[in-house]
Amino acid sequence: MSDGDSGNGRQPGDADERPRVAFFDFTGCEGDQLQVLNLEDRLLDLVEVVEIVSFREAMTEHSEDYEIAFIEGGVATAHDERRLTRIRTHADTVIALGSCASFAGINALRNDQDFERVKERVYGEDAHRISSYPVARPIDDVIDVDYEIPGCPIDREEFVQAVTALVNGAEPTIPNYPVCLQCKFEENLCAFERGETCLGPITRGGCGATCVSEGTHCWGCRGMVEDPNEDAYTAVLEAHGLTTEEILDEYQLYWGFEREQRAVADGGES
Amino acid sequence: MSNSVDVGDDLVTRVEGHGSIVLDIANGELQRCEWQVVESPRYFESMLVGRDYDEAHHVTSRICAICSVSHTIASLKATERAMGIDVSVQDERLRKLALYGETIQSHVLHLGYLALPDLVGEKSVLPLADTHGPELDAVVDLHRLGNELTEVVTGRSVHAQRLLPGGFSKLPDESALRDLLDRLRNCWDDVETVVDLLASLADELPDFERETEYISLTHPEEYAFYEGTIHSSDVGELPVGEYRDVANEYVVDHSTAKFARHERDAYMVGALARFNNNADQLAPRASDLADRFALEPPVTNPYLNNVAQLVELAHLLEEAVSLIEQLLEDGLADQPDYHVPTVEPTTGQGIGAIEVPRGVLFHEYAYDDAGEVTEANCVIPTNQNHGNIQRDMEAFVPSIVDRPDAEIEHTLEMLVRAYDPCISCSTHYLDVEFVGNDGE
Repeated sequence: MSDGDSGNGRQPGDADERPRVAFFDFTGCEGDQLQVLNLEDRLLDLVEVVEIVSFREAMTEHSEDYEIAFIEGGVATAHDERRLTRIRTHADTVIALGSCASFAGINALRNDQDFERVKERVYGEDAHRISSYPVARPIDDVIDVDYEIPGCPIDREEFVQAVTALVNGAEPTIPNYPVCLQCKFEENLCAFERGETCLGPITRGGCGATCVSEGTHCWGCRGMVEDPNEDAYTAVLEAHGLTTEEILDEYQLYWGFEREQRAVADGGES
Repeated sequence: MSNSVDVGDDLVTRVEGHGSIVLDIANGELQRCEWQVVESPRYFESMLVGRDYDEAHHVTSRICAICSVSHTIASLKATERAMGIDVSVQDERLRKLALYGETIQSHVLHLGYLALPDLVGEKSVLPLADTHGPELDAVVDLHRLGNELTEVVTGRSVHAQRLLPGGFSKLPDESALRDLLDRLRNCWDDVETVVDLLASLADELPDFERETEYISLTHPEEYAFYEGTIHSSDVGELPVGEYRDVANEYVVDHSTAKFARHERDAYMVGALARFNNNADQLAPRASDLADRFALEPPVTNPYLNNVAQLVELAHLLEEAVSLIEQLLEDGLADQPDYHVPTVEPTTGQGIGAIEVPRGVLFHEYAYDDAGEVTEANCVIPTNQNHGNIQRDMEAFVPSIVDRPDAEIEHTLEMLVRAYDPCISCSTHYLDVEFVGNDGE
């Protein structure tokens, strides 16, 4: 059952034309794969159109003969990085599944903390036994990624749509409008009106503004819109006398890597 | 690192975690047997430092998706204890309902999707669609029902949204609760289908007995999940405040994950420990089910953790019915949308202890007067079981050492799977490695 096995290789004359799909989990909570399992009976419909050749959470079989790799979780160790690099060599298409894979997500909440202090807090006098990278990284910091399905957890429908697109030879797309737009359609009372701070104006929509609909506010789990200056829903910010930077300062639950590492690498301010 | 552990890339599958078993067998004798667990650390306890009291539960729910509601509730309880925040009877009932829904989902996932393939000789659940169609339908229905219980109460089954310190941001519709009540009352055919299948396969579970210390919560009025004091089968009740002495963590050379011990060199948590400590508080159908499998405490075969999960599944379905009946009978109290419970952040320290699918879970936080976390500690069920898995292997392998490698490997993988170790509470790599094995 090693990654080197290829027991599921195609047989001569095999007429199965379903794309071969593999799921891999790295450092994360595995909630995105759980969302796939939570498709319940629709998971059985899914295997009508794709052949799942690797899904460690649910099956023993494993093959390296796959076209599409879904990667959940971020990169925490050199072992993660080696494994990920090898997957990239096998897959035609690599898709980041969820926020930890897409932009390091909640794992990066500690990315502004001193690493020695981080290790000591968790492992005390055994901190020296622990070997990991000093910051949590998304997978595109290590390999090329073709598409992302962000969210903590992913939206099941968005996953199904992505698979449908891939099976039909189309490109999966994700929205680039802010959560605020969907929130309007849901007729939610704006979090800012309620005196709360909300990341909806600058967070990528597509979730149906679900956290606001459930009575709270947007925590930013789907990442930022592509260009906050262009794409943000500035109307709500202006109405409350706020700037993008000000609400960014308020929240960094999911955006630690973007703030602390990517911004520095891009020459911006951390 | 003073002690480097070489971890291969082989992962044992259908176990919600990564670890490895190293066996050294020479001349038919077991020389070395190690349950190695190497963490890919996420550092949650450090992530929490500096976060506000109303964010901690949101962060810690991401420790593990399969038990995200469990972590959320343990986290909220720790925060509420630290700041003296009250929770209404209604909100406690709703939390229990969410916790039971998640535990139903998790137990069904483990029994149906992860363990059942072993028992029918398949490598995943997918082939069961052809060979065991009706049984698989029942598994899927029960899994969905558990998820929907959680969704109706908390907004979402993975990473719940409505749970807040002191209450809920939004309450469920009574009509949705009525619909769930109907479905819970009508789910027993599905339960029976799954029970019949597992009963017909129970002989496939290896026959191995090793008594150990069983630790769970216990509560005078109910089979403890949401609250209780610590109970050890060796020494009886212990206050939750002593949890650090109970989950006495220690380090072994072959693993970066910590092991735990209390009265003996290892102890067990989870469904079997709860059953052994609290079986007389099970709901009637669950009790009948235990009788059908001749399960009587103390059960000392760890493989029977699977059966204890099945018994708990029945218990939780019955309890969910009672909870919804109580909620509907009393009527849900009015609460505005976008509710934010009133909280005055204060300095303080609090422990949240609850039973979650894989055993007893502790979160402990200290807060400063601004309501920011200054220190956090989370003790996860899976880590408490590592030492017991090691002792089980040491006890079991000598009696099966003359069997073919593949059979030893499969038997030990099933042992690990029986504990249902959690995927991500700590990320583990697992394979079975035979070192210098000449016993073929």
